[in-house]
Amino acid sequence: MADLEAPQSKSRDLDKLLLRAGNLVGPDFYPGTEVKALISQLSIVSSSFSDFVIRLLSLRVLVVGAGGLGCELLKDLALSGFRNLDVIDMDRIEVTNLNRQFLFRLEDVGKPKAEIAAKRVMERVSGVEIVPHFSRIEDKELEFYNNFNIIALGLDSIEARRYINGVACGFLEYDEDDTPRRETIKPMVDGGTEGFKGHARVIVPGVTPCFECTIWLFPPQVKFPLCTLAETPRNAAHCIEYAHLIKWHEVHGGKSFDPDEPEHMKWVYDEAVKRAELFGIPGVTYSLTQGVVKNIIPAIASTNAIISAACALETLKIVSGCSKTLANYLTYNGGEGLHTKVTEFVRDKDCLVCGPGILIELDTSVTLQKFIDMLEEHPKLLLSKASVKHGKDSLYMQAPPVLEEMHRPNLSKSLYDLMGRVQKDTVHVFGTALKNEEKQSSLTKLRVVFKGADGVADMDTAIGA
Amino acid sequence: MIGLFKVKEKQREEAKNTNSRGASVKKQSAGELRLHKDITELNLPESCTISFPNGKNDLMNFEVTIKPDEGYYKNGKFVFTFQVSSVYPHEAPKVKCITKVYHPNIDLEGNVCLNILREDWKPVLNINTVIYGLFHLFTEPNYEDPLNHDAAAVLKTNPKQFETNVRRAMGGGYVGNTSFPRCI
Ligand SMILES: [Zn+2]
Repeated sequence: MADLEAPQSKSRDLDKLLLRAGNLVGPDFYPGTEVKALISQLSIVSSSFSDFVIRLLSLRVLVVGAGGLGCELLKDLALSGFRNLDVIDMDRIEVTNLNRQFLFRLEDVGKPKAEIAAKRVMERVSGVEIVPHFSRIEDKELEFYNNFNIIALGLDSIEARRYINGVACGFLEYDEDDTPRRETIKPMVDGGTEGFKGHARVIVPGVTPCFECTIWLFPPQVKFPLCTLAETPRNAAHCIEYAHLIKWHEVHGGKSFDPDEPEHMKWVYDEAVKRAELFGIPGVTYSLTQGVVKNIIPAIASTNAIISAACALETLKIVSGCSKTLANYLTYNGGEGLHTKVTEFVRDKDCLVCGPGILIELDTSVTLQKFIDMLEEHPKLLLSKASVKHGKDSLYMQAPPVLEEMHRPNLSKSLYDLMGRVQKDTVHVFGTALKNEEKQSSLTKLRVVFKGADGVADMDTAIGA
Repeated sequence: MIGLFKVKEKQREEAKNTNSRGASVKKQSAGELRLHKDITELNLPESCTISFPNGKNDLMNFEVTIKPDEGYYKNGKFVFTFQVSSVYPHEAPKVKCITKVYHPNIDLEGNVCLNILREDWKPVLNINTVIYGLFHLFTEPNYEDPLNHDAAAVLKTNPKQFETNVRRAMGGGYVGNTSFPRCI
């Protein structure tokens, strides 16, 4: 079928990857126009396509973040043949973005990044459909994320990565023998840059380590001691943090500082300048002030481009199988010379986010008290004094007394009711576990399945009751 | 890897079943889970108590009251607010002293100079360690890491005077031009 393609096609290079077999391809790779159609969602579905491909034509990719990395990702994915993209970002365009977020122009300042980025890429790349979402990632329903086959992350915060990771891993289900169910796997491709450094990684929940398995890769940000700021500032950043953390509250009392409020930032900058003059310290500028206060490390457009290119290729590889995927964490350092390396990190089998957890089957009548007693007997748990948490709800807490009292009424209720009458869901339990004859603090994930409750019917009775 | 998408339709059906639960169960953060565990494992001296002004549905914001049973601050009562972010324990909790106090390591706005709250925070530390750290500030105030200059200077040069000043402040009096609320 390859020779049916126009020789001048803009996807000429992609065709070489997708239309030919090779030695490095993934295990499920079937070269041909079908796989290409799958990625690019050809609007005319040929009758020669199998049902299999037609079913796959709904492939959708979500790009999280429309900043430096997000702009690159959207462009790269669109040019790689992806036709159905969504992009989500809560920020508006600022003047300082324009040097590297190349999809934006001066007249766009103040407009939502997601909307402008989508518009610009659609103008330049024919056939691509990009749906923008000007929204916080936390404000979307969880089901929104389930609409996508793959999620590409171009973020600059650990908090946001942790959130998306939790959501994506939340869709993962395991069989009785603790093997992940393929159809519930939501792969992620994560990029990140800091100055000349960057990383790209592939997260296939249940298969490769999730963000939480390797949270130690991100050391906590080093913070200056307050007394240094107050007493012995030695550099420009100390002066800025003094104005931001100490002086602001001294002058403004309870009014909280908003880093996105230009007037607040200007005030901190002016105070930092005064402080720097007092101590004879050079180097306080407005952009440094923004950088220190918002903890921004200067972004370099070319580092973004390199990392995004790696992420876009991994996305293409995951969906097409045209090559094995990155296993599983690439670091790039262009600071001194150029160094790049791929490390295969391993999963934390007990990971609270992506791990299978321990499967427990219960009758719908079991009370929370009974459930807690059972945890103590359970051979894999031997958990005494257990506290129980379901999603955001804490169902029971053993201590401190003030909280124990607030949760006590739940003990006599059925766990099935407390969990919203669903047939199965995850709960977390923590307490003291007996391991190797030793008592130790423990936090464990459980997959609770209720016997004889089949979701829909019971939902109806629940509403009727 | 294309196999991941083979059973897309099945997944759709699954989604229908999970839909109802998606709406009712809010996503918890891993940080929240760790915090809840920390809270149930608190092992505090009698002089420290914890309370949750927003009730059981908001444990990320709480108050800790410290009543030192020895030292300069004996019998005083000092309230700290804790704000814990969803990235906990990656980030230390934000702690403020909401009782105005005459103390070398706590300024008049309630900022606290405690190393484990900033430069020495490690994710293996927990709420218990922080509370012990705060408690320690009252039994052994330290003039080497001052946030309140004047108090630090007095403690260093004239501990007797410092003791008098602390008593006066806790009794609801003035130290220099600064008035303090009664907290004894
Ligand atoms: Zn994990």
